[in-house]
Amino acid sequence: MEILVCVKRVPDTAENEFELNSAGNDLDRGDLVYSVNEWDNYAVEEAIQIVDKVGGNVTVITVGDSESEEVLRREMAMGANNGILLSDDAFEGSDGKGIATILKAEIEKGKYDLIFTGAQADEGAGQVGGMLAAMLDMPYASLVNKIEMGEGKIKVGREIEGGNQEMNEIALPCVLSIQTGINEPRYVGIRGIRKVASVEIPVKSASDLGLAAGSVGKAGAKTKRIDYFVPDMGAGAEMLAGSTDEIIAKLIEKLKSKGGL
Amino acid sequence: MTQIFAYIPFQNGVAEDVAMEFPTAAAKIDKGASLTAVLTGSGADLDKVAKEMTGLYAEVIKIDHADLAYPNAEVVRKALLNTIPAGAIVLMPHNTFGMDLAPGLSVKMNAAYAADIVNFDGMEGATLKASRQELGGAVSTHVAVDVSSGAIITIRPGSFAAVDGKTASGAVVDKSSNAGDLSAKRKFIEVVQAEVGDVDITKADVLVSIGRGIEEQENIEIAEELAKAMKTVVSCSRPIVDAKWLEKGRQVGTSGKTVKPKVYMAMGISGSFQHLGGLKGNPFIVAVNKNPKAPIFQVADVGIVANIIEFMPELTSAINDL
Ligand SMILES: Cc1cc2nc3c(=O)[nH]c(=O)nc-3n(C[C@H](O)[C@H](O)[C@H](O)COP(=O)(O)OP(=O)(O)OC[C@H]3O[C@@H](n4cnc5c(N)ncnc54)[C@H](O)[C@@H]3O)c2cc1C
Repeated sequence: MEILVCVKRVPDTAENEFELNSAGNDLDRGDLVYSVNEWDNYAVEEAIQIVDKVGGNVTVITVGDSESEEVLRREMAMGANNGILLSDDAFEGSDGKGIATILKAEIEKGKYDLIFTGAQADEGAGQVGGMLAAMLDMPYASLVNKIEMGEGKIKVGREIEGGNQEMNEIALPCVLSIQTGINEPRYVGIRGIRKVASVEIPVKSASDLGLAAGSVGKAGAKTKRIDYFVPDMGAGAEMLAGSTDEIIAKLIEKLKSKGGL
Repeated sequence: MTQIFAYIPFQNGVAEDVAMEFPTAAAKIDKGASLTAVLTGSGADLDKVAKEMTGLYAEVIKIDHADLAYPNAEVVRKALLNTIPAGAIVLMPHNTFGMDLAPGLSVKMNAAYAADIVNFDGMEGATLKASRQELGGAVSTHVAVDVSSGAIITIRPGSFAAVDGKTASGAVVDKSSNAGDLSAKRKFIEVVQAEVGDVDITKADVLVSIGRGIEEQENIEIAEELAKAMKTVVSCSRPIVDAKWLEKGRQVGTSGKTVKPKVYMAMGISGSFQHLGGLKGNPFIVAVNKNPKAPIFQVADVGIVANIIEFMPELTSAINDL
């Protein structure tokens, strides 16, 4: 079983307080902490567990700049066998379709039975997996929280509303987007990362992939982010201030009047 | 003229609420656009919902086929490709079905894709301006969508006002014969219902709900003690269930339980729309979060900037002393 897992380096929502820059049109990116997209760790873990059972290889791939190499190494420290970095200035500003187009170009050079993405990443669009599948003419299932391997086909569970699970049979090769909770991703320590520090990760450019300028990147994007803004959400919460004792006294009064106590 | 099609999801003969929100969204895209509802399914349920939709949409297309009885995204995509004209704007909800269908459909229709839109800010030429969120709701962005060759757009359920009452008197057009070849490499087997858990959080008037801010499994005890003082139970956000610290039946949200408490104590929960989607009945929300910029403060009634690991025990003992 050859499994490819598409991963992404993203700003860590647990580690950052996001602020707009002084112009108010972009994030203040000065000292943002980045990590692997949460969903991707579940996808890589699932791929490793499948290969442990049935044999094969796990390859992790990302579209990004040179700093994205660190997320590939982290996933390789988890147990992925190979990493591929797709990197070129021409890729900058790609929309979801641009990213899927870049990934497709590399995927067609190999032969994969299963292609995983995270169910979504920092932009919350959840788009690359479904687009990739359509471009490759492979079947697709999103939000997968269970995989049972079979011959030439697999059974997958999709998490749907209310936590119910939609079971499907799907032919291989296919693309699946993986939902959190499908497994418990293994912990990666510094030692694990050190072990893969010198493994070579091939870097491929637009011309390596045979991608025409304009088909990807900003020029090819039909959906472009214009700016960041602070929405007008109305008043928001009444913020309780003061010493902890004062705050708790105020809170208890409110809870009493609202039926909380 | 802009042509907008709204895909109407339904279950057991009842349209999802978003069916009433599409007309508002469509008018915000382009007031002069034509708006057509599209339904796929099979038999009496489909007919019932299609007929109902004529009260909201001037035109209602139904595609009836046994293979469409359950909305398998791969099959629905084929049916839509054979029905919706190139260049149209197609709306569907940003939920587990829309996420399954929309990205692939946009590739096959060679159209732009815009996901999880919460507002439209008007059209200039063939460029549609829209608002959405990133980073779990921590920031908002405007996007420009080139709709010159059409667009598939998922809207966030609940973001556009529902239209009230009967606003149209449309007719159902049967396009079942257009469905074409519906063979698929993905086959629906069954829906397995979520397990019923140890406690029923849906009946509670008060909920002490914990999120990733609880930090460690051992800290859950702190929340249990607060819940005990408040004579109720602990519910949680998804990461707590993903980590297997609490069972699935405790999860509030679109992929968990829908709860209707009077008071909701959101402890270390950021306030993602999937979490808030499970919170109904306009409860009094108390949010405690160490990040003053946490999005939960925009929807909470009362906010406290604090470390929940320290704050909850203090609150517990103050309540116990009452
Ligand atoms: C299809 C789909 C369905 C989903 N369904 C659900 C669902 O049903 N329910 C659900 O909850 N999520 C759901 N999610 C996940 C959702 O998008 C968010 O990832 C999740 O709700 C975040 O949970 P959280 O707020 O606990 O964690 P985070 O977003 O990580 O927030 C943790 C918060 O705790 C604060 N914090 C950290 N430490 C402390 C401390 N010591 N004291 C005080 N505050 C602290 C942080 O500032 C932060 O605001 C779904 C996602 C998808 C894609």
